[in-house]
Amino acid sequence: MRLKQISVFLENKKGRLQDVCSLLGSNGINMRALTIAETESFGVLRMVVDKSDQAIDLLRKNDFAANVTDVVAVEVEDKPGGLAGILKIISDNDVNIEYMYGFVEKFSDKALLVFRFEDTDHAQRILNENGVSIVAEKDIQGL
Amino acid sequence: MTEKFWNKEIETAPRDQIEKLQVQGLKKVIQWALDTPFYGKKLKKSEINSPDDFNCIADLTKLPFTTKDDLRNNFPRGLLAVDMSEVVRIHSSSGTTGIPTVIYFTQDDVNRWSDIVARSIIATGARKGDIFQNMMTYGLFTGGLGLHYGAEKVGMTVIPVSSGNTKRQVQIMKDFQSTVVHATPSYLMHLHSVIEQSGPGLAGLALRKTFVGAEPHSENTRLKIEEMFGIDAYNSYGLSELNGPGVAFECEFKDSMHVWEDAYIVEIIDPATGQQLPAGEEGEVVLTNLIRQATPLIRYRTRDLAYLTNEPCRCGRTHQRLSRITGRTDDMLIINGVNVFPSQIEEIIMQIPEVGTNWQICLDKDGALDKLTVNVEIYSKMFSGDASQIEKLRSRIKEELRASIVINPIVRLHEPGFLPVSEGKAKRVIDNRPKI
Amino acid sequence: MIWNEQIECMDPQQLKGVQSERLAKLAEYVYSNSPFYQQRFDQHKIKPDSIKTIEQITDLPFTTKIDLRDNYPFGMFSVPQKGITEIHVSSGTTGNPTVVGYTKEDIKLWSDVMARALCCAGAEPDDTIQIAYGYGLFTGGLGFHYGSLEMGLTTIPASSGQTKRQLKIMQDFKPRILACTPSYALYMAEQAKELGIDPRKSSWKIGIFGAEPWSDSMRDEIENLWDMLATDVYGLSEIIGPGVAQECPHKDGLHIFSDVFFPEIIDPATDQPVEPGQDGELVITTLTKQGIPLIRYRTRDIVSMNIEKCRCGRTSPRISKIKGRTDDMIIIRGINLFPSQIEEVLLSIEGTQPHYQIVVDRKEHGLDMVQVQVEIEEQLFSDEVRKLNELKAKIQNGIEGVVGLRVDVKLVEPKTIVRSEGKSKRVIDKRKN
Repeated sequence: MRLKQISVFLENKKGRLQDVCSLLGSNGINMRALTIAETESFGVLRMVVDKSDQAIDLLRKNDFAANVTDVVAVEVEDKPGGLAGILKIISDNDVNIEYMYGFVEKFSDKALLVFRFEDTDHAQRILNENGVSIVAEKDIQGL
Repeated sequence: MTEKFWNKEIETAPRDQIEKLQVQGLKKVIQWALDTPFYGKKLKKSEINSPDDFNCIADLTKLPFTTKDDLRNNFPRGLLAVDMSEVVRIHSSSGTTGIPTVIYFTQDDVNRWSDIVARSIIATGARKGDIFQNMMTYGLFTGGLGLHYGAEKVGMTVIPVSSGNTKRQVQIMKDFQSTVVHATPSYLMHLHSVIEQSGPGLAGLALRKTFVGAEPHSENTRLKIEEMFGIDAYNSYGLSELNGPGVAFECEFKDSMHVWEDAYIVEIIDPATGQQLPAGEEGEVVLTNLIRQATPLIRYRTRDLAYLTNEPCRCGRTHQRLSRITGRTDDMLIINGVNVFPSQIEEIIMQIPEVGTNWQICLDKDGALDKLTVNVEIYSKMFSGDASQIEKLRSRIKEELRASIVINPIVRLHEPGFLPVSEGKAKRVIDNRPKI
Repeated sequence: MIWNEQIECMDPQQLKGVQSERLAKLAEYVYSNSPFYQQRFDQHKIKPDSIKTIEQITDLPFTTKIDLRDNYPFGMFSVPQKGITEIHVSSGTTGNPTVVGYTKEDIKLWSDVMARALCCAGAEPDDTIQIAYGYGLFTGGLGFHYGSLEMGLTTIPASSGQTKRQLKIMQDFKPRILACTPSYALYMAEQAKELGIDPRKSSWKIGIFGAEPWSDSMRDEIENLWDMLATDVYGLSEIIGPGVAQECPHKDGLHIFSDVFFPEIIDPATDQPVEPGQDGELVITTLTKQGIPLIRYRTRDIVSMNIEKCRCGRTSPRISKIKGRTDDMIIIRGINLFPSQIEEVLLSIEGTQPHYQIVVDRKEHGLDMVQVQVEIEEQLFSDEVRKLNELKAKIQNGIEGVVGLRVDVKLVEPKTIVRSEGKSKRVIDKRKN
């Protein structure tokens, strides 16, 4: 299972992140995980939301440059060394990570990690084979 | 009928005649040198007070060597032999790092230099009517202007494109049907890859010859360039201290470079002992400039390694031939035709406060061009944890290097302790380029 | 010192005689040597031998940049290639660049007018000049180089850029004359201060600044910062390069060397001459050039002309500083940039035409900066920063390839560039003061 991540181009200008958040919020879309990749002149907001199709339409209608990318979210035991175990599986199997970010769900004892892999199919297979629990789209919606 | 020689009498003069010219030239140079503060002192120390003691070429060894340090230590006017009002041209290695060197020219000096460059051009078979696209950098670097003066003298059609902007170079080659180009070997290979990518490839080009210089290269590299373009490539040797291009050039037979011995006295010495070596033995190239009054140079240690051939050449020229440059006696690097000392890079990097103590540079080939990667450790106390600070630091290091050594490096920042620490002398340079 | 006193101070009536003679010769020359002009003359039913006086110049047709472009590369040449000793090329509006071919005589002419310009600015034969215009295809560097050679100055061919090195050269060799673009002179003053060098104590006492339009207030600033005399030089590569006109120390207009470059000022709308002192488009005829002679070339530069004799003794007419352009060309550090070139590059990169805007500013220490802002659209956008940086670099390199200028590229959000009547305003030039 893979998730749809939404990425948005943001100039380094005051209030732009808030614009995105309030747009999504006022339309009842909930963000589950997010991160910002920054450079000197612009940033890329990446997030996982509960209603991704609706979110992307909304953003584009409001003149944001937004795209959808496939990512894989996995659950990790929220304890020391939890992430290390998964990263070991990943590196032992020569899977390349483009980037990743983490997120802790307050009502569960698991941490949520979002990965963008170079080869999503391959990565997913490896994770499955090693018994890592992958978060499905419906899980996100239900969270 | 096109002329095979620019100055047949001198180019094919019998050896004794050449030596006579050299002795005359040497007397003149000593006279000029005695007019400079530096040589005035230095020659007197060796008890040389007049040119009269020099009556045969063997007397040359009575003269002391001159080194790059001499040039640096006597900057800016210690080697100036004429009044400044006689000086029409200044070429300086004035960098922002280290002590610069400077070479002055009178109008006669420029004329004599242009003349031997013209001679070099004609020796390769290029001539008036050729369209000459000069891809070497113009300005203080002598590679561009030197060939420009010579080509002007020959009466070629010169297109002074200078270096860089490869797409434009290709466009101009096509539009103006350039027949001769001048570039570094690595740039020619890069140029070829750009041409290949551009649709029609080599079709529609009129290229027939190239002068290759400013960078040591192997015979295989020459053959590769010749095969790639289907043209003849001629090796060129020169260095700015000795005017620039035109010290030695290959003739149509492309079998080592004729040193224009009426203009330069060439010696090969053992760099350790300073003793002259016979033809065929490899050693350091030492040159005496006989054609420049404003900044005379006697027995200048080039730090280039090569050997001489005195077998007669099929072209009929009697001037000895210099082999390809096989190496250096110091740690100077030549990166895409630009001379760089590791110490220059160190000086630039170390003045930036965010940089830690350890650094290393790597040289690789990126396609045909040299690629310089500078690995730098970050000084952890200066790191704020802000990603854009890292990016700014990277671009600052890049810009500083670009501004002072004219090379666009790749800069990689590392955490402290990443780079290997070696006992004793650190290994700062890793040169992964194929050996010549 | 006046380099060519006989010509530069010639009685206007006598000068007319020289110009008439040269124009008559030129008409014959282009008719028999340039297929382009032969056709033009025939089209307009002009018999070359009917041209006898300079007043008749208005009977001749104009030549435009489009003519040069359409006849690229060799169509405008009046001599066979073998007679051409040097070729310069500058980038054009779109597609074909503009080419200039010089014969040996043309290089002599260029050297002569540049020597006149150097003298006109106040250079003396014993001076040392630091030439910080770019050397290469750009005519600025080599033009000054040739003039300096002709005059016998000590030349330092520093070429452009590498500011720290420029300042070091100034300190080491103490040249009295500096030649570069005016914005670079401002920039260097700023850099000098940062390095702890007092610009007012520099060896540069005369500046010869050109290749971009600049104002009198900018002159005041430069003169104050460097404690030097700042003079304006005018030229364009189509005519010869630098050396068409030059200010003398009275700084009251640029002396145009009208015995070789005959000037007219016309109303660009009606093509009719305007009165002296009125603004109009500068039109130049090269009276003696061989390689690519040009008749009534429309420079697209707006100037006015003063025909009074100058206090310096030169009788040639003086043109004002450039007051504007008749087209949308922007001049940055001596390089001509047309918005259409940027469009071409953007189109070639993704096959679409994103919205863009060119912002020109002189904010950063006086150096002209160009920023090309490009709206990010979905097909250009990636979630990976690396790819966005690659896109930026691709646009930057593409522009450099076409224009020969390194610009700053800024990716901006969609619909953020102000549109006026549907079409965005392409150029914002903040340099105007």
